[in-house]
Amino acid sequence: MTTAPVIEPDAAEAADRRQQPDLRPPKGAFSAGQLVKNLPDAVRKMAPAQLVRNPVMFIVEVGAALTTVLAIALPFLGQGREVGFTWAIAVWLWLTVLFATLAEAVAEGRGRAQAASLRATRTTTSANRVRAYDRAGDPDAQRAEFETVASADLAQGDVVVVVAGEVIPGDGDIVSGIASVDESAITGESAPVVREGGGDRSAVTGGTRVLSDRIVVAITSKPGETFVDRMIALVEGAVRQKTPNEIALSILLSTLTIVFLVVVLALGPIAGFQDAAPSIAVLVALLVCLIPTTIGALLSAIGIAGMDRLVQRNVLATSGRAVEAAGDVSTLLLDKTGTITYGNRRAVAFLALPGVAERRLVEAAALSSIADPTPEGASVVELAAAQGFAPTERAGRTVVPFTAQTRMSGIDEADGGALRKGAASSVLAWVREHGPVEPAVAAALDERVRGISEQGGTPLAVAERDADGTARLLGVIHLKDVVKTGLVERFAALRAMGIRTVMVTGDNPITARAIAEEAGVDDVLAEATPEDKLALIVREQEGGRLVAMTGDGTNDAPALAQADVGVAMNTGTSAAKEAGNMVDLDSDPTKLIDIVTIGKQLLITRGALTTFSIANDVAKYFAIIPAMFVGVFPGLQALNVMQLHSSSSAILSAVIFNALVIVALIPLALRGVRYRPSSAAALLSRNLLLYGVGGVIAPFIGIKVIDLVVGLIPGF
Amino acid sequence: MDALRFALTLLTLVIALVAIGWPLSTWMARTYTTDRDWLVERGVYRLLGVDARAQQRWPNYLRGVLAISVLGVLLLYGIQRLQAVLPLSLGLPAVPEGLAFNTAISFVTNTNWQSYSPELTLGYTAQLAGLAVQNFLSAAIGMAVAITLVRGIASRGGTGVIGNVWVDLVRTLSRILVPGALIAAVVLLATGVIQNLSGFQTVQTLTGGTATIPGGPVASQEAIKLLGTNGGGFFNANSAHPFENPTGLSNLFEIVLMLVIPFALARTFGLMVGDRRQGRAVLAAMITLYVLCTAAVTALEVGGAGSATVAAGGAMEGKEQRFGVLWSALFGSTSTLTSTGAVNSMHDSYTPLGGMVTMLDMMLGELAPGGVGSGLYGFLMIAILAVFLAGLMIGRTPQYLGKKIAGREITFVSLYVLTTPTVILAGLGLTFAIPGVTADVAKTSIWNPGPHGFSEVLYAFTSAANNNGSAFAGLTANTPWLNAALGAAMWLGRYLPIVFVLALAGSFASQDTHVEAGADTGGLVTHRPQFVALAVGTVLVVAALTYLPVLALGPLAEGLA
Repeated sequence: MTTAPVIEPDAAEAADRRQQPDLRPPKGAFSAGQLVKNLPDAVRKMAPAQLVRNPVMFIVEVGAALTTVLAIALPFLGQGREVGFTWAIAVWLWLTVLFATLAEAVAEGRGRAQAASLRATRTTTSANRVRAYDRAGDPDAQRAEFETVASADLAQGDVVVVVAGEVIPGDGDIVSGIASVDESAITGESAPVVREGGGDRSAVTGGTRVLSDRIVVAITSKPGETFVDRMIALVEGAVRQKTPNEIALSILLSTLTIVFLVVVLALGPIAGFQDAAPSIAVLVALLVCLIPTTIGALLSAIGIAGMDRLVQRNVLATSGRAVEAAGDVSTLLLDKTGTITYGNRRAVAFLALPGVAERRLVEAAALSSIADPTPEGASVVELAAAQGFAPTERAGRTVVPFTAQTRMSGIDEADGGALRKGAASSVLAWVREHGPVEPAVAAALDERVRGISEQGGTPLAVAERDADGTARLLGVIHLKDVVKTGLVERFAALRAMGIRTVMVTGDNPITARAIAEEAGVDDVLAEATPEDKLALIVREQEGGRLVAMTGDGTNDAPALAQADVGVAMNTGTSAAKEAGNMVDLDSDPTKLIDIVTIGKQLLITRGALTTFSIANDVAKYFAIIPAMFVGVFPGLQALNVMQLHSSSSAILSAVIFNALVIVALIPLALRGVRYRPSSAAALLSRNLLLYGVGGVIAPFIGIKVIDLVVGLIPGF
Repeated sequence: MDALRFALTLLTLVIALVAIGWPLSTWMARTYTTDRDWLVERGVYRLLGVDARAQQRWPNYLRGVLAISVLGVLLLYGIQRLQAVLPLSLGLPAVPEGLAFNTAISFVTNTNWQSYSPELTLGYTAQLAGLAVQNFLSAAIGMAVAITLVRGIASRGGTGVIGNVWVDLVRTLSRILVPGALIAAVVLLATGVIQNLSGFQTVQTLTGGTATIPGGPVASQEAIKLLGTNGGGFFNANSAHPFENPTGLSNLFEIVLMLVIPFALARTFGLMVGDRRQGRAVLAAMITLYVLCTAAVTALEVGGAGSATVAAGGAMEGKEQRFGVLWSALFGSTSTLTSTGAVNSMHDSYTPLGGMVTMLDMMLGELAPGGVGSGLYGFLMIAILAVFLAGLMIGRTPQYLGKKIAGREITFVSLYVLTTPTVILAGLGLTFAIPGVTADVAKTSIWNPGPHGFSEVLYAFTSAANNNGSAFAGLTANTPWLNAALGAAMWLGRYLPIVFVLALAGSFASQDTHVEAGADTGGLVTHRPQFVALAVGTVLVVAALTYLPVLALGPLAEGLA
């Protein structure tokens, strides 16, 4: 037992040894090498006990086994003629199964690489646990007793002290203190961030390292359920549960499989009645070609890859359901500050009152802002400089800083003169202290102030006091919210997707509306309280809309929980992170738009490949049906529109095409189909054309090409 | 000249359908939504002891449908078996067990498959008290079930109730079918269809021989046979018989009767979901499929190859001289696309590929426009399937008119789509897999050798499972196996889908969230030509993929030879 925190040198070293994991795999990472690397996993996944969860591929495996047995038995049944053909079918059926498991293995493999680097951060560290923490009496735990425990033994509610150089042992909230923290292990961002107790930036994550100062942290996660744990489980796909749409699609795929099973089972006796009974290998080949193997093979890979794409953008979703919901969102709630505008306002104009030289106003504004460290103050100086005025130092000046009481800042000169800048009402009151203000001047000020407010700006009045003690108003500085560039286009794209954007701000309605107009959002919630936000979400939901929002503060938590997609900023509080169903590690609110896109892309990829899979069947019929029965009914040769070489080469070519198309589509499944924001009708037309009509045409070409090769093999 | 007359007939057909169907669709929407009961209806409710105001969940509704149907089968079976002691039986004996079983199911399921020659098997009591009653009831059940699905889609608030089965059935009868059939019977009488109770009359023919001419209450039977898309004829020759369908005018009117309710229901759907454009889209898809299929049969029959055909100016075998190829093809196509199954020409004698199209008409799932009620729900089920795929392809959780299509809903749709093909293919598979049965079918039932013989069996199972009732007449179906197997196919092909439709209706009705639909929220738009094309494509692809192999062994093998 120790009485003070001790930095273990090993721990610091261990922290150094941990390299910052790169969570973003190289773009378009898919190569033949990946296929080979994941082959062992793919083979393991072929075990029937595992495969049975995928009914479509399980049927293929059963068919492959049956055909193999047949191929072995045929010579003993005196049907040696068909041995070569049956073996070829059997091999390609096995390959079909392998390609399917390979697709899943590759998708999982990409996640596993990320998980491995994350796991490195989870190595057990020791923690300095405070015994009997006294929040009221000793918030900094200066006088408390400590015990060293392994981070894995920390329970929810424990309080620990972390000092510079140490690794934070678990997820928690800072109770006291301020520190700069290196969160690169989680976010990949190397610049340290500041975390401090009591505000909206109090949450810390286990596995990140304190670079300076000392903090007291209350642990909020159970062992094994920390942020990093969840992240690992997620990227590995260990907790992958089928999402509602995936379940619905699986049901449809199973149904199609049953229909075709019935078709093929009935075909045997029916054809037999007409002395046209096909061999079992041919029937199995027909079945495998008809059931939706393409989508059946790629379905789980699509889901894993979708999650993966989110993680690549540094967004962590608590469930696949949330990702899917993102695709359905039709209302986006966006905070004004930080999302739509840059965090701070900038000076854009000086408006002098009648009788005041413009030059004097510029000087006074700049001088009164010299000592103002805020970005707003700096922007006033910058604007003045742009108009040719550089403030000079003068001895005896005292700076009057801004306070919440005075709502003004400025300078006092040694000779008794003074300059003030601030809210119009405060500055007016200050001038009146030194003498009456003519009504005409007050009216002129009021007119300018109102004009700026109506344009969505913030007016700051500037006044001066001469050495003799008379004060006068000089004019108004126009501060303006600067809307981020490119937003108008993005919101237009969202509108095309049918998504309504609502800007949420604490500004007054006039200001809010002006900014909303400039940014191109559809609606605005001004003077918003957290309750207003919650009410807006409920109202939108009652109208049948799904709502997405971002938030970071504790008072955002109810709204985050109510929203269908609630993205908490990683810089936010634990409460916010708990309430939302996604966490953005980059704390970038505009990412909401990316999240919606990924959600949609996930669904579109599934839908497109299902359509493609079904459309493929048309061509396969034209290959296999004539091949099966042309011997008995020569007229069916008319259906052999591809002019395939022979019956056996036609059937084998269809099976080979069916297998190869899976491999060919793995990159698409991992990447997701291309999604460009557009209206639903345009999107549907495009995808129907590409994957529906394309799905009908592609196999005609593919099977023909394969047949040209297969036809060269002796015996076919 | 013939072409011009045909074109004018088509024009008349369209005018008649619009003139009757438009007000009828509004009337039907009001029938199923109003709170007011007629005096006679209140009397029936009191007699039945049901509370007309009580709303039912789907299992209760289903119990009502099944109770009426099982009772109907028992009643109809009893009447046939007791025929010898019933009045107005024309001295006909009791119907044999297997045939009575098959016939009872056939009429209760709205199939009206007839393994027998009616005028030689059933007396007037069995026709009027037995078959006609079921013609009305089975049609009413189809319409009631369709309306529950519409109500489910239109519902708000997640109450889970889909209507009251007794109210729906009674109103369908009292306000739509009975008055409709009454008017239709009068019109048919005016076109020359007979209506009497004079039994068999022996007359001297011109050549001096004698002929026995059957009479009967034909016009009244004929009206509901067509209006309710039943199809069971009073005579074996069905609508090819001059007493059932004497003239070109009666032929046209019978086509109108078959089409009017199924097409009108599409508009009723739009009215009931509060968006007429949706009804128009459904109607447009149905019409597109109807025109495509009818044009195909007509083209194949007119262009039928062979020297005899050329000499006759078309494939005239099995067709009535007074209707010719064009009016026969139109009637045959209408009858197979509406699940009626009435015939004015023998489909067995169509060209192989023309006959295949009549089969394909049924294989589409009887939805263009399909049977009364069953056509609408059949189409909506496929439309929902199309919505599901389309929804995914635009990156949204699929929803139709504000109702989410999630796991539960797609399960019911899948089972619906699965049922009919499975019944048909399993029936065929068993027929040709059980050695004793295969031998019996080959020896007794199949008239023609080769693929055509198989086509006759394929047609029989397709017709039975889709509740159409028409036949490739070369098949002798009155055998123990076919009576039993086709009876089972009719029963399963009717009631399993109804179970799934009601379950889906209930599932929709219990969804309390209503997803905002439409283009302004980036959702799928289901009233534009794009969706109509998608729905039509889905119908065609599903049918083609399911039935191409069996068609290849039957009509394709014969037609491409």
